[in-house]
Amino acid sequence: MSNATLKELSVQLAAGACSSVELSRDFINKINNLNKVLGCFITVDTERTLAQAKSADAQRAAGRAGPLTGVPLAHKDIFCAKNWLTTCGSRMLANFVAPYDAHVVERCDAAGMVTLGKTNMDEFAMGSSNETSYFGPVRNPWNRDVVPGGSSGGSAAAVAARLAPAATGTDTGGSIRQPAALTGICGLKPTYGVVSRYGMIAFASSLDQAGPMARSAEDLGMLLNVMAGHDPRDSTSLERPAEDYNRSLEKPLLGLRIGLPREFFAAGLTPDVQRAVEAAVAEYKKLGATVVDISLPNMELSVPVYYVLAPAEASSNLSRFDGVRYGHRAAEYTDLMDMYKRSRAEGFGAEVKRRILIGTYVLSHGYYDAYYIRAQKLRRLIAGDFVQAFKQCDVIMGPTSPTTAFKLGEKSADPVQMYLSDIYTIAVNLAGLPGMSIPCGFDGGGLPVGLQIIGNYFDEAGMLNVAHQYQLVTDWHQHAPKGIA
Amino acid sequence: MKWEVVIGLETHAQLSTVSKIFSGAATAFGAAPNTQACGVDIALPGVLPVLNTGAVERAIRFGLAVGGKINPRSIFARKNYFYPDLPKGYQISQYELPIVEGGRVTIQVGDIEKTVQLTRAHLEEDAGKSLHEDFRGQTGIDLNRAGTPLLEIVTEPDMRSAEEAVAYARALHTLVRWIDVCDGNMQEGSFRCDANVSVRPAGSTTLGTRREIKNLNSFRFLQQAIEYEVRWQIGEIEDGRKIQQATVLFDPDTGETRMMRTKEDAHDYRYFPDPDLLPLEVTAERLEAVRAAMPVLPQARREHFAVQFGLTPYDAGLLTASRELADYFDATASGADARTGKLCANWISGALSARLNEEGLDISQSRVTALQLRGLIDRIADGTISGKIAKDVFDAIWIGEGDADQIITAKGLKQISDSGELEKIVDQVLAANAQQVADFRAGKEKAFNSLVGQVMKASRGKANPQQVNDILRRKLAG
Repeated sequence: MSNATLKELSVQLAAGACSSVELSRDFINKINNLNKVLGCFITVDTERTLAQAKSADAQRAAGRAGPLTGVPLAHKDIFCAKNWLTTCGSRMLANFVAPYDAHVVERCDAAGMVTLGKTNMDEFAMGSSNETSYFGPVRNPWNRDVVPGGSSGGSAAAVAARLAPAATGTDTGGSIRQPAALTGICGLKPTYGVVSRYGMIAFASSLDQAGPMARSAEDLGMLLNVMAGHDPRDSTSLERPAEDYNRSLEKPLLGLRIGLPREFFAAGLTPDVQRAVEAAVAEYKKLGATVVDISLPNMELSVPVYYVLAPAEASSNLSRFDGVRYGHRAAEYTDLMDMYKRSRAEGFGAEVKRRILIGTYVLSHGYYDAYYIRAQKLRRLIAGDFVQAFKQCDVIMGPTSPTTAFKLGEKSADPVQMYLSDIYTIAVNLAGLPGMSIPCGFDGGGLPVGLQIIGNYFDEAGMLNVAHQYQLVTDWHQHAPKGIA
Repeated sequence: MKWEVVIGLETHAQLSTVSKIFSGAATAFGAAPNTQACGVDIALPGVLPVLNTGAVERAIRFGLAVGGKINPRSIFARKNYFYPDLPKGYQISQYELPIVEGGRVTIQVGDIEKTVQLTRAHLEEDAGKSLHEDFRGQTGIDLNRAGTPLLEIVTEPDMRSAEEAVAYARALHTLVRWIDVCDGNMQEGSFRCDANVSVRPAGSTTLGTRREIKNLNSFRFLQQAIEYEVRWQIGEIEDGRKIQQATVLFDPDTGETRMMRTKEDAHDYRYFPDPDLLPLEVTAERLEAVRAAMPVLPQARREHFAVQFGLTPYDAGLLTASRELADYFDATASGADARTGKLCANWISGALSARLNEEGLDISQSRVTALQLRGLIDRIADGTISGKIAKDVFDAIWIGEGDADQIITAKGLKQISDSGELEKIVDQVLAANAQQVADFRAGKEKAFNSLVGQVMKASRGKANPQQVNDILRRKLAG
């Protein structure tokens, strides 16, 4: 049962083939068996989960069930969930029990979904391998010596390992798409402003966006239907009419124009990934799509621009973690300044500190214009590239990440190598566009390859259509890691 | 050497919204510590600011009142620094693009009217409060005030004396209350000033190095602090020392300013646009809606009073100390001629204000309504009662004995203007005071006043004083 998709579980629950309590217990058992080796979850709370499942069953018995009532999912530990430990993967918040629900959690609860637990992640979502978590690394279910990607590595690995049928994630520079690619699942980052950031612990506010992670495009749409929606508590949340993101799944792709950016197929891309992505494009041609050669000339600037803007915002966003009101406070200190220094030195890990330092530097007097202002200008140029590109095509495709999953520790000593793992995803965040990753094959070592699909603003439904049609004729998304399903 | 003083003020006016600028928590003063601080105010992980439109409306109202430019697009920025009463580790404020630019405030010092130019006014949030006194070796943090909406109003360095600075602060204080954007309560910190003070040789056109006196929460402290600071700066320069740019605090106990920090240890606040808030857009429609709801401003009311009733700028100024007072005057003087209007002004600035002061009431709590006061003044104007009797009638109205006419009738206070009756009283008084009559005739003018007093007494104050004078003069001369 735990190998079923959201859609299948929805049908089974509706048919009375199983109860939410049975289903949830099944997943909890799997988590208990596998979490020790995979490290996907930071917190599980069986009692709380089963109580929620029971209440979902009661809701169904009362005839008030929606499509996802009783369906379990996991939340990335970046979302505040009332009375749940909410750590953001950091020692700083290792003792923080959230007193309120994030909008995303609220929406999932209201839809009757059952929380299986809080998933592991790179500390404060800063990382591409899930190795920066204070709670230890997550291992890739396809090969336990390699990383699952990050920062939503726990969510991705949990879905890949069938410990949860779906999970929430967040994506600031690729943190949904890259781990989805590296673990052979599907993940979608919506247009900036589609999902409320309220209750999602901020990394880089102008880039952060929550999205669904699951095993099929259709499942992504189902979960996005729950997660999306205007929230007056987030000033950047957009007021748009509610939509069914799965409304055009069945639309044929005849005449679809796929833009392939030259820059996505240049140096740095590993041959196995290139081969798999090209095969996927060939598949699309068979479905009636045409291919357009496009260029995103400023794309090469996206990594440096991102590593100015994201740390700048992060350095300020993370200032609230000062040991005064909640979170880690050093046991001993001599005065106020010493308390700040020790609490933050002890509470934050190396990567978080690196980014706070970078961010503080680029915002400093005398450097602000050269870094921050300049980066903002380039950000507009990068976004402009996409606007031009979408005049020629309906979707853009390419690899999600230049490589498949790499070995634990392989890049952790070299931040620049690590940052380049997001080279194809970052520009999408800078432009505020929606993007997704779906499985499209394996490398020679049996590790999954992700195909990135980038849509125009608010074209999530179009992207899901494109992904779904591919998944109707391929089965890459149905492969499970050995010894899992 | 003759020195010129140069002063610019930065005023923090707390905007009178019910809730905070970026959260729904209440702004009421005096609640138990941390009971008016919600998740946004204590900066829980994941919370986000949402701008209170009431604060924006008040900022617009202020901008219109001072004739400033309301920027159609302004930006909230983060001012980053660490302090325990600043929960987010940054203050949300407007930096490069404020909501209001320019504008002016007219002040009056003695007989001289002067205009103080404003640089800008911007929206920002207040910090919380650190309580160092109440805990031994520890500091308490009260975040009730965190997130309270403030309008920071910055002037050009246009003032040339402590008196001018105080006159500006008073005029601004009147204005913000007049347009209902701030309650002006200085004890509670709703209106506080920072004064940038420098001195330069008279005639010089370059500015001297300034020192900023922080957080002056009374007009008296503002005056004292500037006066001390000016003396100190002149003393330093005359002793051959240089003024160093610094932030100083005024100690009301010693009457002195003392250094808090110099420019060298000033923070780098690393301002940048707050990505959690969209640019603040003020549309033409919104601007017009606020403009349409604006009250007539003190300056216009003053001019109107001066033209309609011939009031002096000073009197008109007294009556426009608050909108309630001006409204009260308007209601009292409604339809009056210039003479009665002037009487209304005198009674309001005189007897009524004195009584309100005595009892610690403000004009809205007056026990004598505008209509009742006018009823009284009409009886003075038409000679029914004298000004002296009117004071007693006023007291009687105050304690609720009725309107002027009722009291005059009930107490038989109608002025005696019947000359036959008055002559009779005067004759009796003259007959009974032969000595004073003799004294007067011997050239003692004082004796005349005493005789007038005797007549007034005999009439129980009701005699028309002018007529008494005339009759006495005539009879004594005869």
